[in-house]
Amino acid sequence: MNCALVHGSLQGYILVALLLFVIGLATVLIRRSLLIQFMGIELMLNAANVALLAFARYRGGDVQGTVFYLFIIAVAACEAAVGLALVVALFRLRHTTDSDRADALRQ
Amino acid sequence: MHATYWLIPLLPLLGAGLIGLLGRKLGKPTVAVLGVGVVALAFGLTLHAFLAAGSAPDHRIETLSFTWMSTGNLQVPMGLVFDPLSALMALVVTGIGALIHLYSVGYMWEDEGFARYFAYLNLFIFFMLCLVLGNSLPLLFVGWEGVGLCSYLLIGFYFETDYAPAAGLKAFLTNRVGDLGVLIGMMALFAHFGTLTIANLLRQVGHLSPEVGFGVLTFATLMLFVGACGKSAQIPLYIWLPDAMAGPTPVSALIHAATMVTAGIFMICRLAPLFQLAPITLTTIAWVGGITALFAATIGLVQRDIKKVLAYSTVSQLGYMFMGLGAGGFSAGFFHVFTHAWFKALLFLGAGSVILAMHHEQDLFRMGGLRSKLPITFWTMLLATLAIMGFPGFSGFFSKDEILYLAYLKHPALWIIGVLGACCTSFYMWRLMALTFWGEPRDHHAFEHAQESPWTMTLPLAVLAVGSVLVGYLGVPEAFGGHFAIGRFLEPSLTFGQAHAHAGHREGPAILLALVSTVLGLGFGLFGFLSYRSGLAVAEARGARFPLLHRILLNKYYVDEGIELCILGPTRALGRFLWQVGDVIIVDGIGVNLPAALTRLAGDLVSLFQTGRVRNYALGMVLGTLAILWIFFK
Repeated sequence: MNCALVHGSLQGYILVALLLFVIGLATVLIRRSLLIQFMGIELMLNAANVALLAFARYRGGDVQGTVFYLFIIAVAACEAAVGLALVVALFRLRHTTDSDRADALRQ
Repeated sequence: MHATYWLIPLLPLLGAGLIGLLGRKLGKPTVAVLGVGVVALAFGLTLHAFLAAGSAPDHRIETLSFTWMSTGNLQVPMGLVFDPLSALMALVVTGIGALIHLYSVGYMWEDEGFARYFAYLNLFIFFMLCLVLGNSLPLLFVGWEGVGLCSYLLIGFYFETDYAPAAGLKAFLTNRVGDLGVLIGMMALFAHFGTLTIANLLRQVGHLSPEVGFGVLTFATLMLFVGACGKSAQIPLYIWLPDAMAGPTPVSALIHAATMVTAGIFMICRLAPLFQLAPITLTTIAWVGGITALFAATIGLVQRDIKKVLAYSTVSQLGYMFMGLGAGGFSAGFFHVFTHAWFKALLFLGAGSVILAMHHEQDLFRMGGLRSKLPITFWTMLLATLAIMGFPGFSGFFSKDEILYLAYLKHPALWIIGVLGACCTSFYMWRLMALTFWGEPRDHHAFEHAQESPWTMTLPLAVLAVGSVLVGYLGVPEAFGGHFAIGRFLEPSLTFGQAHAHAGHREGPAILLALVSTVLGLGFGLFGFLSYRSGLAVAEARGARFPLLHRILLNKYYVDEGIELCILGPTRALGRFLWQVGDVIIVDGIGVNLPAALTRLAGDLVSLFQTGRVRNYALGMVLGTLAILWIFFK
């Protein structure tokens, strides 16, 4: 079985991915600035990427995992473009990037 | 050729459809030609069918086209029947109908609803012909309901007034009571005989065993008679007919005097073999008819509205017809339908001519002296008055005399009631004539402007006047050396080949009875004429002498008030109770508003979670995801 990871064990990678994800989630849930929340989202996406690549290597260079990672990168780029555009639009309208003040759905 | 007879009812329907849909675009002259034309054409075809039926075997033509209803053991074919009874009635409907259509052209010319009026009137003729010519009870019933509808529409024709729609509604609702009777009667007949085709029904009655069928027949015929009471305005369902005078006067002449209100009598004649076997029903009919005849005539004595007098007169005359039917004289009753159609239509049309000349004044006490102003109207109405009072030689004399004679054979008390009614008839008719045409004009302004009506109105008057005088000779009773020809003519329809339907004994002092009733009638006519010829003074003095009687008659025996108190009041209270408790509290409150309030409360609670903040929603998603993970992987 030459499917062992080259540097370090699988658990280490998963642990890093988990940490990244929790930090990202906490950022989204705690911070109110939309830009910071965005960064949190990016962190969560990249946590998933780390996990995907770790599993791919663990399974002996599985292409599916790599392809998924590429897709997520592409989607994250699109999401960032759209999301940042929305943040800019919101700022023009409300002069703020505080997500708690963008609560028009409440009314 | 028989297929073209379908055009008889369909032509007026076509006219109604065309005028109803395109009336305003066609213009008044086209509407008038179309409206009168279709009825006149139908009259021509009916005449052809009438003659053809006379020479056909059994004096009967039946045109069948298709099976109308077919469910279970019920088979109802759609077809028209021309036999002496239905063909004669159809002639009256289309003939007098055409004359009244022509009259209406003159009478309604200035009216905004000219086209609407003719559409309704043509529709009425269609339904009336369905009623008369239909070969089955369901088709008869369709016509029965249809004429009721047209009656409602035409009574409420002046819908912008207060009273006309109310009167229409009253007529409609009162008729519903009777129609329920017709439906129950029809169902009882179907339950027992298993058919609703009139010919089959009458054929099966002949084979009925007395002990089985007697109860059913009595029940069914009594129920049918309830329906006839509603349609033909007999006690206690007569109350709608006087109010029905709110409609245009030609409508009163056509629907509420000559044709529709006689539908009840027609139906009983149509089913004569059935009624013949139900002596209890016949006795009921005779007494209800007799009492109505006298009751309505006494109310007619004091009415001030010219059309109200004629309306009560119609109720009273219909009572005579029922009295004749109840006494077993189906042909006598129908003969009176026939003669009455002529002279009562004429009286109403004459009254319409007077009303138009007086600028829509209907109060007799404001007329007077119109004899010189309206000569044609005066002379024709005079002939009609002589006919209705039973002046010897005029049509009403022969038909009423035959009925009174039969009533005497049934029960002498009925004859006395009938003669008293006839005295009242003479009195109120001569009162009407004297107040209208004799004496000093009591409304000088209207009198100055009064002038004779156009030819479209006077021509029907003249034709009807000739008929009023002459049609009686179709049925000169045997007591006066005649053969009662109309009775023999109608016999194939009324007995339907069954021997027992013919009343055997005919004895009694016929000439003496006729002499008594005629002399009394003439005397009371003269009394009425002399009382009112020179004005109102005599009448007012007499009214002051019997104030109680006068007030009771003037208020129509307080029947409307009694019905209001005993039936309408409680019904209205029940309705209000059901509305306030059943509808407002139970249905609206517990049924609808309570669930709505609960839902709103739940919504208010749940909406607390809707903060609009994206962080809270994200937290919710996370918690939800965690919960799902926990459920699946615990």
